[in-house]
Amino acid sequence: MESKSMASDAAKPAAPRFVLDRRVAVPALIGRQQDFLHIAGLAGTVYDISALTDSGANFYGLAGAMGAACMIGLGLALARPDKRVLVTTGDGELLMSLGALATIAVMNPPNLSILCVDNGHYGETGYQVSHTSLGVNLEAIAQGSGIKLTRSVASEADIAEGARILREGNATAFVLLRVKPTDPPKVKLNLDGAVCRETFRKALLHHA
Amino acid sequence: MESKSGTSGSARWQDELYDELRRHDITQFAYVPDAGHSVLISRSLADPSVHSVRLTTEQEGVAMLAGTDLGGRRGVLLMQSSGVGNCINMLSLIKGSRFPFLTLVSMRGEYGEGNSWQFAMGQAVEPVLTAMGVICLRAERPEDVIPTIEAAITMVFQGGQAVAVLLTQKLIGAKKF
Repeated sequence: MESKSMASDAAKPAAPRFVLDRRVAVPALIGRQQDFLHIAGLAGTVYDISALTDSGANFYGLAGAMGAACMIGLGLALARPDKRVLVTTGDGELLMSLGALATIAVMNPPNLSILCVDNGHYGETGYQVSHTSLGVNLEAIAQGSGIKLTRSVASEADIAEGARILREGNATAFVLLRVKPTDPPKVKLNLDGAVCRETFRKALLHHA
Repeated sequence: MESKSGTSGSARWQDELYDELRRHDITQFAYVPDAGHSVLISRSLADPSVHSVRLTTEQEGVAMLAGTDLGGRRGVLLMQSSGVGNCINMLSLIKGSRFPFLTLVSMRGEYGEGNSWQFAMGQAVEPVLTAMGVICLRAERPEDVIPTIEAAITMVFQGGQAVAVLLTQKLIGAKKF
């Protein structure tokens, strides 16, 4: 019975809720990127944010250590209450560290926002279906973890509200952006984490 | 889970340890609740000038401390030896980006251990941490604790290294069954 329902799901094209193009929706949600310190998960979102910031000094992205993005964001947000921190990560990376949502909800720093770009697939490894294509709702998990400010963005009509939540909140915000499983912008990534760290710290702290 | 010791000698070095960490401007404490670190944890919870962060799993703390460093602050991860195993791949974040990293590990599965479940990870702590680029310093006696933490803090925050201070069972006592 289970395999039957999976088979019928797999036979469908992209479910109707995965319709937005990440290349359009991510920049539209974030707006003026200079207003944030950016942490990006690996694979798709590191391309999204590298492209958006031109791999700027306000950006630290992963190319390994899957599951780290949200907690790096928490450490940074607690260290710098004067800055707004945006973690942009994918459904696969977030699924690997769901407990981090509980940890973050308990601390609830108001200067931290999480944008999950959910394409329902593991894009980097060949677009294998992820749990979120099979019924797992990450916004519901964020809510259940105790994050009070959550929204899902699945159509153009939702973008303005999602953008507002990412920037305003007097509590940690979580926005689930549902996009179709298409490639992020292709840009050259900085894969040297130590250089990325030094650049980020130098810009933020005015010393390395 | 309630700990062995409870001796006044144990509480004293634990209090001194907290004061030492604070003296070196450590302001983020991350932990999975643990008897061996109970004094540090309760002190951090009572201290309005630090962030005391309960984790669901120790690897969250490794990632968090990377963010702490990006923001120009200092933190410490408190964990039990079994938690070390949960951190392994996440330590590639520390090594790959050369983040400073300080952890205090309360040991199980060694000197005087009576629970066979603790040995596999307890005995693996030093080899796996070393394999991931984390330097291990052992504290065996109460008088070792403060010099060892001072050495570790210098290595981490001046030398840019990843260091684990192992609070051994000889120091903290084996749990009674």
